[in-house]
Amino acid sequence: MSRADPGVIERAEAAAPSAAYRRFLRAERRGHLFVRLAQAGLLLVFLLFWEFAPRYGLVNPMFTSYPSALWPTFLGLLHGTANQPGILEHAASTVVATVVGFSGAMVVGVIVAAALWWWKRLYRVLDPFLVVANAMPKIAFVPIFYIWLGATLSIYGMALAISVFITILMLHAGFEGVDANKVKLAQTFGASRWQVLRMVVLPGSVPTLIAALKVNTGLALVGVVVGEFQSASLGLGYLIQYGSQVFKLDIVMTAITLLAVLSALMYLAIAALERRVLARR
Amino acid sequence: MNDRAAAARPLKVELREVGLRYFGREGETEALAGISLGVAEGEFVSIIGQSGCGKSTLLSLVAGIMAPTSGAILLDGRPVRGPDRRVGYMLQQDYLFEWRTILENTLLGAQIQGVEPRAARDRAVMLLSRYGLGKFMDHLPRQLSGGMRQRVALARTLCTDPDVVLLDEPFSALDSQTRIAIADEIADILRREGKTAILVTHDIAEAIGMADRVIVLSRRPGRVRSSHLIEFASAGAARPSPMQARNAIEFNGYFNRLWQELEVHVEG
Repeated sequence: MSRADPGVIERAEAAAPSAAYRRFLRAERRGHLFVRLAQAGLLLVFLLFWEFAPRYGLVNPMFTSYPSALWPTFLGLLHGTANQPGILEHAASTVVATVVGFSGAMVVGVIVAAALWWWKRLYRVLDPFLVVANAMPKIAFVPIFYIWLGATLSIYGMALAISVFITILMLHAGFEGVDANKVKLAQTFGASRWQVLRMVVLPGSVPTLIAALKVNTGLALVGVVVGEFQSASLGLGYLIQYGSQVFKLDIVMTAITLLAVLSALMYLAIAALERRVLARR
Repeated sequence: MNDRAAAARPLKVELREVGLRYFGREGETEALAGISLGVAEGEFVSIIGQSGCGKSTLLSLVAGIMAPTSGAILLDGRPVRGPDRRVGYMLQQDYLFEWRTILENTLLGAQIQGVEPRAARDRAVMLLSRYGLGKFMDHLPRQLSGGMRQRVALARTLCTDPDVVLLDEPFSALDSQTRIAIADEIADILRREGKTAILVTHDIAEAIGMADRVIVLSRRPGRVRSSHLIEFASAGAARPSPMQARNAIEFNGYFNRLWQELEVHVEG
């Protein structure tokens, strides 16, 4: 058994890069730089327009505030007042509810999707209900959740309700999509159903789990903010509601900007997780 | 029919009047009908037949992942009731798990069967080293070539030390040169380790080159059409490798006979 196997990748990497390859790398780097600059440029144009459109009377500053007003507003809200907590407490409350929401959706999603994979007939029975439940605008339930669950729990409930059905549907599709031949292979070794789930289906669905996480974090944040509109005295959703009622758009815009920052941070966290987990594939 | 070799040794695998029907909404399909055959201990049998004649189904039945509609399948004289540790199965592709390293992939069957981890690991390392994969144990499947991946699949099958190895066109995903080289290698390994082997293929040359006996199945429903003992007297006492067999003077005779048996018709 002594034959040189073609197609082992390592060989190509050892040689010194040719001039053509270096040119290719330079072009790649330039392309990357262009994308980053374009992204920064777009953001800058947006901020400049937002800053100067009100100043030159194109829009009413009452309605839009200015980017330059956000930072002072943020600092002003930092410490809060006697009957109003600081903005970071609002943000923390929103973040906690969101994390609870998408974690709950992930846990429930994995369990339910596994059950539907295990009992195919159960899936056939529940499928239309799940599809309808997913398509329903869950926001319609915000007032009812408030009555049923109270101020805090209704927010968690909304975050879960809005993200759990799509998570179940995505994960179930992922579980069923695992290569049937890999399942067959495990069965030829005498694998039980539980072993197939644990050793083939779940590890084979990791990309789907990450994709579901990406979707349901965003949805959970929507659920939380909408829930806070209705019922909270804490949270960025509440702050937006409060700011608009007293017509202080500075507050509203600061809270919205903070939400954008939080979304970006969550996205970066998931992207980092994805790189770690999928590095092995 | 020529079963002299089989008669000399006890039967490892025996099929008695095995029939299989598939049921679907469009009706039922008779895949196999009245299949009776025996494979002796240590014998290498190839089964050939045209696509859709139920060759692969036959292996699934022997592996115990499907049950026959009629008849019985015996392993060491006892009926097969489900997947059995004495049987190893190589599928049409390697189906290595992309999230497991080469060593972890090799250990899959042992882990499923609850083999003591250290013993299993030692055996996996031994097999991988023997197949020239010692340096790649911590690599991921995507870093290996097709031929290497197929050797890992063989190590995974043999890691649980089965007596019977079922090969379901295990070389069909490889390019033609690698295919001949790997067939050579696997035939050699299985023969040296004294395994009983059943190879399913539609490649006549491969079937002759690897086996002691070639069984031809008819079109659907698959029945045993004929059985041909393969001997290379010209090569001396030792059995030639599949590659050498192609050059033996007997080869063309077998090839032409099997070609006619297969009733190959190209639809035009």
